[in-house]
Amino acid sequence: MSLRSRINLIVFQTLVFSLMFALFGRLFYLQILENDRYQDAAISIQSRDVVTPAVRGAITDINGIPMVVDLPGLVVSINRIELDKQQDKGVSVLSKVATLFGLEYADVYQRTRLCGELPIDNRAGCWNGTRYQPIPLVGSASQDLALKIMENADLYPAVEVQSIPIRSYPSLENENAAHVLGYVGAVTDEDLKNPEINYYRNEVVGKSGLEVEYNQYLRGTPGVRTFLVNRKEVVTKQDKNIQAIAGNNLITNIDAKLQAGVEKSLAAAIMRARASGFRGDSGAAVVLEIKTGRVLAMASYPTYDPTIWQKGLTVKQAQDLFSEAKGVPALSRPLQGLFAPASTFKSISVVAAADAGYSLNASYNCPAFVEIGTRTFKNFGSQAAGRIPLDLGLAISCDSLWYQIAYDEWVRDGGLKPKSSPSDYFFKAAKAFGIGLLTGIDLPSELKGRLPDRQWKQNWYEQNKDFYCNYKERAKKADLTAYLIEIARENCLDGNKVRAGDAVNFSIGQGDTLVTPIRLAQIYAAIANKGVYYKPQVARAIVDADGKTVKEFKPEIADTIKIEQSTWDFLHRGLRMVVTRGTAAGVFAGFPVEVSGKTGTAQVFGRNPNGSPKDDTSWFAAYGPTDDPQYAVVMMVSQGGFGASTSGLGVRNIFETLFGVSGGRVDPTKAIFPNGVPNTIAKVDLRKVAAKVDLTDINGDGVKKK
Amino acid sequence: MSQSVKYRSANRAVFGGFDKLLLLAVGGLLVIGTLLVYAGTREWFRSYGLDPEYYLKRHTLNIIIGGLLAYGTTLIDYRLLRAYTPIVWLAAVIGLIIVLIPGLGTEINGAKAWISLPGGFQLQPAEMAKIAIIVGMSMVLADRDQVDQDPSDIDVLKALAIAALPILLIVAQPDLGTVLIISAAVVAMIGASGAPARWVVGLLLAAIVGVFAAVQTGAVSSYQVARLQSFVDPSADPQATGYQLRQSRITIGSGGLLGKGLFEGPQTNGRFVPEQQTDFIFTVAGEELGFVGSSLILALYFLLFIRAFAICRRSSDLFGRLVCIGVIAWFAFQTFENIGMTMGLMPMTGVPLPFLSYGGSSMFANLIGVGLLQNVHARSR
Repeated sequence: MSLRSRINLIVFQTLVFSLMFALFGRLFYLQILENDRYQDAAISIQSRDVVTPAVRGAITDINGIPMVVDLPGLVVSINRIELDKQQDKGVSVLSKVATLFGLEYADVYQRTRLCGELPIDNRAGCWNGTRYQPIPLVGSASQDLALKIMENADLYPAVEVQSIPIRSYPSLENENAAHVLGYVGAVTDEDLKNPEINYYRNEVVGKSGLEVEYNQYLRGTPGVRTFLVNRKEVVTKQDKNIQAIAGNNLITNIDAKLQAGVEKSLAAAIMRARASGFRGDSGAAVVLEIKTGRVLAMASYPTYDPTIWQKGLTVKQAQDLFSEAKGVPALSRPLQGLFAPASTFKSISVVAAADAGYSLNASYNCPAFVEIGTRTFKNFGSQAAGRIPLDLGLAISCDSLWYQIAYDEWVRDGGLKPKSSPSDYFFKAAKAFGIGLLTGIDLPSELKGRLPDRQWKQNWYEQNKDFYCNYKERAKKADLTAYLIEIARENCLDGNKVRAGDAVNFSIGQGDTLVTPIRLAQIYAAIANKGVYYKPQVARAIVDADGKTVKEFKPEIADTIKIEQSTWDFLHRGLRMVVTRGTAAGVFAGFPVEVSGKTGTAQVFGRNPNGSPKDDTSWFAAYGPTDDPQYAVVMMVSQGGFGASTSGLGVRNIFETLFGVSGGRVDPTKAIFPNGVPNTIAKVDLRKVAAKVDLTDINGDGVKKK
Repeated sequence: MSQSVKYRSANRAVFGGFDKLLLLAVGGLLVIGTLLVYAGTREWFRSYGLDPEYYLKRHTLNIIIGGLLAYGTTLIDYRLLRAYTPIVWLAAVIGLIIVLIPGLGTEINGAKAWISLPGGFQLQPAEMAKIAIIVGMSMVLADRDQVDQDPSDIDVLKALAIAALPILLIVAQPDLGTVLIISAAVVAMIGASGAPARWVVGLLLAAIVGVFAAVQTGAVSSYQVARLQSFVDPSADPQATGYQLRQSRITIGSGGLLGKGLFEGPQTNGRFVPEQQTDFIFTVAGEELGFVGSSLILALYFLLFIRAFAICRRSSDLFGRLVCIGVIAWFAFQTFENIGMTMGLMPMTGVPLPFLSYGGSSMFANLIGVGLLQNVHARSR
């Protein structure tokens, strides 16, 4: 062999061995380093999961009465594998089913196609599951129609009737509670990406209210059957069969009967406001247990029928939920309605005045108006009450005495040139009562409200000075009135300062201050309980199917306000006087239980869509019984007019329900809690639902026996 | 020394005259291949109610026939090869022409590479052409007046002429994979023959230009271009070759260290990788035998090449050495191309994996190749 041949042979040999090592390296990379990734990919190629949703836990009231429960619904579904075996690919069967249920054939066709079978731009309504799952066509079929299919199986090949759990609202006490309970809906892509919970495509999940807050407990574990398939999607064997585990039940602090009463009282108050010529567009009412923070009832108006979710929401229904014209029924006003507290705020002003050294036992002048700078601040109704004791001033809701006190304190803090550490008694008192903070209620989407203190002013100014300092260029033509231009000029000049007018308005709960009804209820619970207030809590406990407690929600103190005992005594006296001699005396006349409260009638700036100026917000915040306060009750009616006649009467009605008052007398047997709010965890009794909803003809598999 | 040669020559038909390690490597691959072919087809056939052992039986038959052919090859005297080779070459060329005639050739996966025979058998003349080219070129390149003389340019041209006609016919099928394998063998043999270095460099350049031109001018079918495209960019999925390559990688990758166990691979049993008893047989090994089993297969190939190179070095003449080099180049590039393809290292070309894939013509040719190696071994110093 020549030297060159020998070298060539070595080069060649090296090349061949290198190729073999390259293969080995690649093999190591694929099978050892990247094994996990390819393992996952292989499983998703080979296996198909058929998911059976778990029965979702019930949500009950404080006595265990179910308010939301999964009931077996009759679902008419299509078996795609059988359908495809038919000669005409199921065209005739589908059109027969469409006729039977009065559906459009095109919709039925669309519904029974896998999304992947349709062009991307025409997938609305398609089935996003697999071929092996029954494709539901009608969510809650009537028994008559379902029977027609079952009894004529030969006429409806590939059409099946099954029972699947449907979220149902038995409304055993005629309660609605839609905003508290919330609703469930299909899993979204967003949910599927959630790394913490392994959702399946055809599951339902909580979307709002308690359903979303406690979703992890209510959900249960879906059953999964895993099939191995081959390349032609033929099932080769069943791999796993995991049984579904029902979700746990949620017992709430809501009393269904009280809830129904509160809803009725709220609706009546709104009708009353409308009858008096006010717009009365929406409202809220809340009942808290003072010594625990338990939410015993919470109503929002307008509301909606939660059963629309169980039947499947139409586009029209979905639009109505968020329609301005319908009053946005989807909004939960107790948590999301932001309104100026108006005179209900004066209880806090009392605390501020006491801190500032004002005597609560002295008399103060209540003139028809107070001149502050160039502006005149009128008393409510422009009437003078003369020199009156402060408790009477609170009872008749004199504004002008607060104008003077707030103005004096503002001046003392340096006015437009504030001291480096101003006393800010009013802001501090409001802050102590939690204005501008979340109450932390165990429901989603709560709004914070607003405390327009110095810091807020500064932030607001930085965001808006460009607009006000260039008002003539930036504002709409219609807003270029002399008055608005003057306001803009002032805002540009010192919009970052708390002005005299701001301080004065703040003392009577007007101006930029905003609270939610739940916050105001918590404030009055705090007053009644001498400063110790609790986080509002809707959930009482999570219990499993056997009734065993999985988790108990104990009362949590949110904060404690430390002020003089004499101030609490004064407030309790004054708020009782509101009901006996003051603004609410008329609506509470002859009420047999001693209760206390405060009216509020808040001016609202701005206009309705039709151009009319907005009506006042009607508030009544109360607690009772006065001597041993148990319940804090707040009602708010947006554009409801006067505090007393609209909401005051509404709160009286709620107290009547609570204490069992009828005909001016207390009937303890009719009280909601004759022995106080129960401290034990109730037993969930789903048979109560069965008594109302006929489930007798449905067997375990959900198909009616012949 | 000369006695030893005599001894071996005299007893080359005796088992002891073979390179035992080479036999061990090939035998091991054949056994594993048989199991893999069976694993890759039994569930599939069973699900159609067919005989699950159908492929197992035919594969075993192919091995027996191939083994007899290989044994026959070891018996042939060098002098007789001179007589046989032109006949084999001519037969291969005629076969390659027949496959191109519409109605006679069978097109599978875009290449007209097969002649259908009665009884469901198919012949792939390109496999025979590999042997004809290797032996033919070795004869021309080794045909010297003096022992130490290197081949002249004329010799090289003559040798290339032997390869050129079959290659052009295979290009026309088109079967790019086989063309590349034969080209690799041609370059390796010319390099090893001691021919001027410019030939090696020139041929490599010509191969690159040739592939490029073939793709550009459309001499290569759109099917083959699609396969190349899907190698460069698997998300572009012309004619679902991207699917095939992805499935192949996933199947091998999912095997892990020890594999799913023979006959237990869900990817294999679900037939997610098409052609898994032929071109994609390595995926069955990857999934069911895992890294350990697949490495054993690579180790057996490695052993085969180590022994084959040893035979080359010990070859008593240039002819034997060139045959040996040609066979090694053929086996090595075909193995690399096939396994590399299943693991995403190489573009998709329809070449079977030597000794493992199901397929008669390929199995016969491979075993005849082994017979040639053993023949050279028997005549070595």
